[in-house]
Amino acid sequence: MRATENTMAADLLHPLLNTSWRFYALVIAFGSVVASGLAAVSFQAYYGIGVWGIHNPIYWGFGITNFIFWIGISHAGTLISAILRLVDAQWRRPVTRCAEVITAFALMIGAMFPIIHLGRPWLFFWLVPYPTERLIWPNFRSPLVWDFFAISTYLTGSLLFLSLPMIPDFALVRDKTTGLRSKVYGLLALGWRGTTSQWHRLETAMQIMAVAIIPVAVSVHTIVSFDLSMAPTPGWHSTIFAPYFVAGAIFSGIAGLILAMAFLRKFLHLEKYLHPIHFENLGKLLLTMSLLWGYFVFSERLVVWYGNDAAEMPVFWATQRGLYAPLFWTMVTCNFVFPVIVLSIKKTRTILGCALASCTVVLGMWLERFLIVVPPLSRKYLPYTYSSYWPTPVEFTILAASGAAMVLLYTLFSKFVPIIAIWEMKAGEHPSPELEPVAQQERRLGETHA
Amino acid sequence: MAHKWGMTVDLDCCDGCGACITACHAENNIPTVGEGQAARGRAMHWMRVESYWEGEFPDVRLKFRPVMCQQCDDAPCEPVCPTYASSHTDEGLNAQIYNRCIGTRYCANACPYNVRFFDFFNPAWDKPLHLQLNPDVSVREVGVMEKCTFCVQRIQAGKIDAEAEKRDVKDGEIVPACAQACPPKAIVFGDLNDPESRVSRLSRSPRGHKLLEDVGTLPKVTYLERQTQV
Repeated sequence: MRATENTMAADLLHPLLNTSWRFYALVIAFGSVVASGLAAVSFQAYYGIGVWGIHNPIYWGFGITNFIFWIGISHAGTLISAILRLVDAQWRRPVTRCAEVITAFALMIGAMFPIIHLGRPWLFFWLVPYPTERLIWPNFRSPLVWDFFAISTYLTGSLLFLSLPMIPDFALVRDKTTGLRSKVYGLLALGWRGTTSQWHRLETAMQIMAVAIIPVAVSVHTIVSFDLSMAPTPGWHSTIFAPYFVAGAIFSGIAGLILAMAFLRKFLHLEKYLHPIHFENLGKLLLTMSLLWGYFVFSERLVVWYGNDAAEMPVFWATQRGLYAPLFWTMVTCNFVFPVIVLSIKKTRTILGCALASCTVVLGMWLERFLIVVPPLSRKYLPYTYSSYWPTPVEFTILAASGAAMVLLYTLFSKFVPIIAIWEMKAGEHPSPELEPVAQQERRLGETHA
Repeated sequence: MAHKWGMTVDLDCCDGCGACITACHAENNIPTVGEGQAARGRAMHWMRVESYWEGEFPDVRLKFRPVMCQQCDDAPCEPVCPTYASSHTDEGLNAQIYNRCIGTRYCANACPYNVRFFDFFNPAWDKPLHLQLNPDVSVREVGVMEKCTFCVQRIQAGKIDAEAEKRDVKDGEIVPACAQACPPKAIVFGDLNDPESRVSRLSRSPRGHKLLEDVGTLPKVTYLERQTQV
């Protein structure tokens, strides 16, 4: 059975117009985890950040790990979607919005962490350049201030990039519904009538945004890596960090996207729209990034080991065969060994295979961030101050809540906005919708355009 | 001429007694965090005495090294602070402005010497220690960084006294708490811009070296130690 224009609108608007008990169950379950996380943050703000496991000299732990991880996940969306739009890959059509939403929410969650990890989070606005009678500006030499600019630019750009192509879909919902719902979506549709000039403007705006957002996305994780690599701390102070972080971010982002698409396909019954070919293409991208990630880790480790610097080697050995070695080798298995095997073999590059590989990649990339942040601090220069770190339940709760917040926001979003861009799907149908099934129209990654 | 405060620590004299640590605590209102927190690695000592064993048993030797903020001229803690809480004074001190600190702890991560400490909770003193707080030093609240100041309150007091008597600060007039308490007088403090001051002369000693000199932080603390052929 294939989707025609009418069944397409009905299928894709189905989650908006009908609410099953599963939606409420999901919202209550994940909402309570988020609530427990908020309670943990309040507890920590009240008593002091001492309720975390950090101590001298490991002053950054889960907070910054989660920050880097979520900003990394945010690279799924906008970047992939922008690149696929620019090269006009037809198979992107059902994928773009799922991806862009991840960016918006992962950025919001990630950007919370530098604030809640502060010793005095109520003064976070001192990081922001705002006019004040004391005439004190933030220190523009500090990478944390660069972070503020990078993340706020990226968030603004991604929200624009996400919301522009939602306008025609809001108009569709407005036309298909009645009463209050129609009025609300009518407001969101910003007077969209589907005239030629409106379409033309939308296309132009999307082209501009797609070109503009790519350098912004690359700069964001570069600057996040500068948070570490600007400090003269052995294990952090490395020139490879910027590209290494960007590659890792795209890597974890694709994994997050595949996972989200697999769940959407299952729970919203989108089998007609998200085909195995989409997973296969994204799986190949994931494989490429996995190989690239392996290359970066190898060259980073090799240079440190060969250089044999007195201050670097304790960090190196702590991760290779010391305290942090179990985590390191788990990371290598999760990020490289397992995904490369599963995704290289055509037989296992199925939806399930891609989803499993994505699971391990997400786990492995979180471990990678942890291993970048913590071991260098625990083996910093003077052996007298060597230390180790063990997180507290408060930190685990906040980590769990950040994951739950992602699921919750995603669920709510797909309840109120069509998660697959209906107008883009329709545009992809033309000019000959009846000639061949959709699944065979899709092009595989690497095939040349006819 | 502006001052440039510096210090020398004679490791050949230091016997690791720890009087400097105690004096520093008393002078600078440093919180005692208690056993539980200390076991979690949150003990606060602006001044610590590191001990290292050298050699193979039975031919071993215990060496001590008092470590405090090195007041670097090119301090890694300063550029990374987003709010200028960590900043350089005209007299070359690495000042920590508690009111301006929001607790990113970035400075402590950038510091190669691990001499910056964080107030994980609001400070508390066991009675009757709360009665002995030094009125010249502010008590730090939860969520800010703190570290050795070279007893900046004593430096200010010394300068005010000298100004009242319309003269320059005399060498040896300003003594930080650690130097005052050191029984073997291993710690010497003074003005590095005065070439004749005791600290300047000791800094030029062939026994002198800086801690982690190759990191390039240009510390103003010089350690004096007899060099032996190994």
